[in-house]
Amino acid sequence: MREEGKEVKNEFVRSVAEKKYEFGFTTEVHTEIIEKGLNEEVVRLISEKKGEPDWLLQFRLEAYRHWLTQAQPTWGHVHLPEIDYQAISYYADPTAKSKKGAQSAEEIDPELMKTFDKLGIPLEERLALSGTAVDAVMDSVSVKTTFKEKLSEKGIIFCSISEAVKNHPDLVRQYLGSVVPYRDNYFAALNSAVFSDGSFVYIPKNTRCPMELSTYFRINARNTGQFERTLIVCDEGSYVSYLEGCTAPMRDENQLHAAIVEIVVMDNAEVKYSTVQNWYPGDAEGKGGVLNLVTKRGDLRGVNSKLSWTQVETGSAITWKYPSCVLRGDNSVAEFYSVAVTNNHQEADTGTKMIHLGKNTRSTIISKGISAGKSQNSYRGLVRVGKQADNARNYSSCDSLLLGSQCGAHTFPYMDIHNNTATVEHEATTSKINEDQLFYCNQRGISTEEAVGLIVNGYAKDVLNKLPMEFAVEAQKLLSVSLEGTVG
Amino acid sequence: MLEIKNLHAKVGDKEILKGVNLTIRDGETHALMGTNGAGKSTLSNVIVGNPSYEVTEGSITFNGKDLLTMNTEERAHAGIFMSFQAPIEIPGVSMTNFMRAAVNARREAQGKEPLKSTDFLKIMREKRKLVEIDQKLMNRSVNEGFSGGERKRNEIFQMAMLEPTLCILDETDSGLDVDALRIVAEGFNKLRTAQTSAIVITHYQRLLDYIRPDVVHVLIDGKIVKTGTAALAQQIEEQGFDWIKEELA
Repeated sequence: MREEGKEVKNEFVRSVAEKKYEFGFTTEVHTEIIEKGLNEEVVRLISEKKGEPDWLLQFRLEAYRHWLTQAQPTWGHVHLPEIDYQAISYYADPTAKSKKGAQSAEEIDPELMKTFDKLGIPLEERLALSGTAVDAVMDSVSVKTTFKEKLSEKGIIFCSISEAVKNHPDLVRQYLGSVVPYRDNYFAALNSAVFSDGSFVYIPKNTRCPMELSTYFRINARNTGQFERTLIVCDEGSYVSYLEGCTAPMRDENQLHAAIVEIVVMDNAEVKYSTVQNWYPGDAEGKGGVLNLVTKRGDLRGVNSKLSWTQVETGSAITWKYPSCVLRGDNSVAEFYSVAVTNNHQEADTGTKMIHLGKNTRSTIISKGISAGKSQNSYRGLVRVGKQADNARNYSSCDSLLLGSQCGAHTFPYMDIHNNTATVEHEATTSKINEDQLFYCNQRGISTEEAVGLIVNGYAKDVLNKLPMEFAVEAQKLLSVSLEGTVG
Repeated sequence: MLEIKNLHAKVGDKEILKGVNLTIRDGETHALMGTNGAGKSTLSNVIVGNPSYEVTEGSITFNGKDLLTMNTEERAHAGIFMSFQAPIEIPGVSMTNFMRAAVNARREAQGKEPLKSTDFLKIMREKRKLVEIDQKLMNRSVNEGFSGGERKRNEIFQMAMLEPTLCILDETDSGLDVDALRIVAEGFNKLRTAQTSAIVITHYQRLLDYIRPDVVHVLIDGKIVKTGTAALAQQIEEQGFDWIKEELA
């Protein structure tokens, strides 16, 4: 019977292995791609294509020159392959046919519309998910932003960053690089030099954004990098919930995604930022997949400001990402909720930084790592309490769940406390889904696949509960699919 | 209902069952007694299809179906239920969600629609009362923080929810005090119908005071060596197993 059991499970594993990454298709669309390679001319060319003002070109060039002096960091618990930055194209425009850029649905290449439809992101407003405005970005260009007009009635600006540079240059200039300066790290410098598209959000004072804002990132073109740049400014007394989703085609070679997300939160304002990251993770042998090297940071500048990061990470070959919060304003509150799943040969080194500078600041970190296959999953987090940050509080809880015996889970918590009124708590657990649990479920008639889904979703529910409803359902499904066939 | 012929099974390289023959008809309760390591738990695990055990010879049919070609969950869907000796904890999965998954998996196998949430909760409530299990346990994770008695009662509760036709009680009495034992056994008795068959594995007579067996088997060294009526259990309680071993020798 044991033999039989094995056979059944192997069959199951096979069927899952053959199950394709659902979003792995490519779009046949005329794409204008600039020559591979990176030098000052390329930086100038990108800036020129986007019709940028000189100050932004200078920003890019300074970043580029700084990047040249830096080396790729090696401290992450990941095997980042040597990236040949000259083998990548830094600008790919799938909307190039319509010269004016895509202002209305009619002008967008139907292939692009179809792609986003297929991804479940309809770009026609009448088909949209209720209460969600979308900025759809493919490769280096924003294809379309929905509900722009409706939002602008309230003074809310939601558009691609390229458009914001044109139409709201003062706002962009005021905030761009103010949270993540280009000197921050190697990939931040790279992004600042060559960033292409991303979203810009400005919520004016005392405004509650009436819809969820979301950006959907899609890499399509071969051998191109995506350098997303997103900037969110939530002014005094305002609120916005922002969602981010991402997928990519299956390619044998790695694709580079080096993003920066900056968030500014003013007095009494609140921002919720949710990510469901499902970049192509590479195949079962570890070939291909997206290298996801991202700097995300929020600056809680105002008093009583609030920021929460919620992330569900299931994709990418390598993830290197620490959505962080600088709690500058007194009484500011920051939260980080994360579920990171790694399977096959995926590697994730992710976590957060909570930098307490203001008085009575509070932060919460809930991290749930799930490792399967031969993957490596690390939590890395820093809690820093500055000299002036009286009565700062942090609570951190980092759990790891292992499926199978060939994967690894690691926790690297750092604490740097300079004020003795601080209260800092850290808890960590590691658990394993074992065969006895699965057998118990099986005996009750629950299949192994469903049992793993139940256990994993139960484990992650504290984080999933923080996601907006429609996202939470997607995320639950995604967790189950990502882990199918991992036990047995 | 259940027919086991010349069953041989091993764990790793160790042969535990060495030719078991057993026939259970509809509505019958069979007690399985024997010394430690005789193979009682192995037999029940093999019947429900625990993949850690390997059948090397023999057959098991259940209502005419070849059980050995079915996986664990298919056997469960066919109506076989085991009350575990040591029910395991499943952190993060509430009893309610767990039971919903189990009940609906079975319904799906029978080609039925999943139960509506309100209907499901109503059934939960009824069965919970039947086996006297506290509502607060239903919101907890499966078996997490349950006392020994609560775990066993929870097994009987799950049995009530799944309405099996063959129940295997694997040392349900172990770790229970007299009162808990009585409640669990009475719960089980309430659930039985004229068609329900049962295999009751135990070291002691006391469980059989509540669950009266029709047939008592003694398993020694991987074989059923003696079969009798309830009186046999009584005799074992008084005299142990040595006299049976001597008979064999």
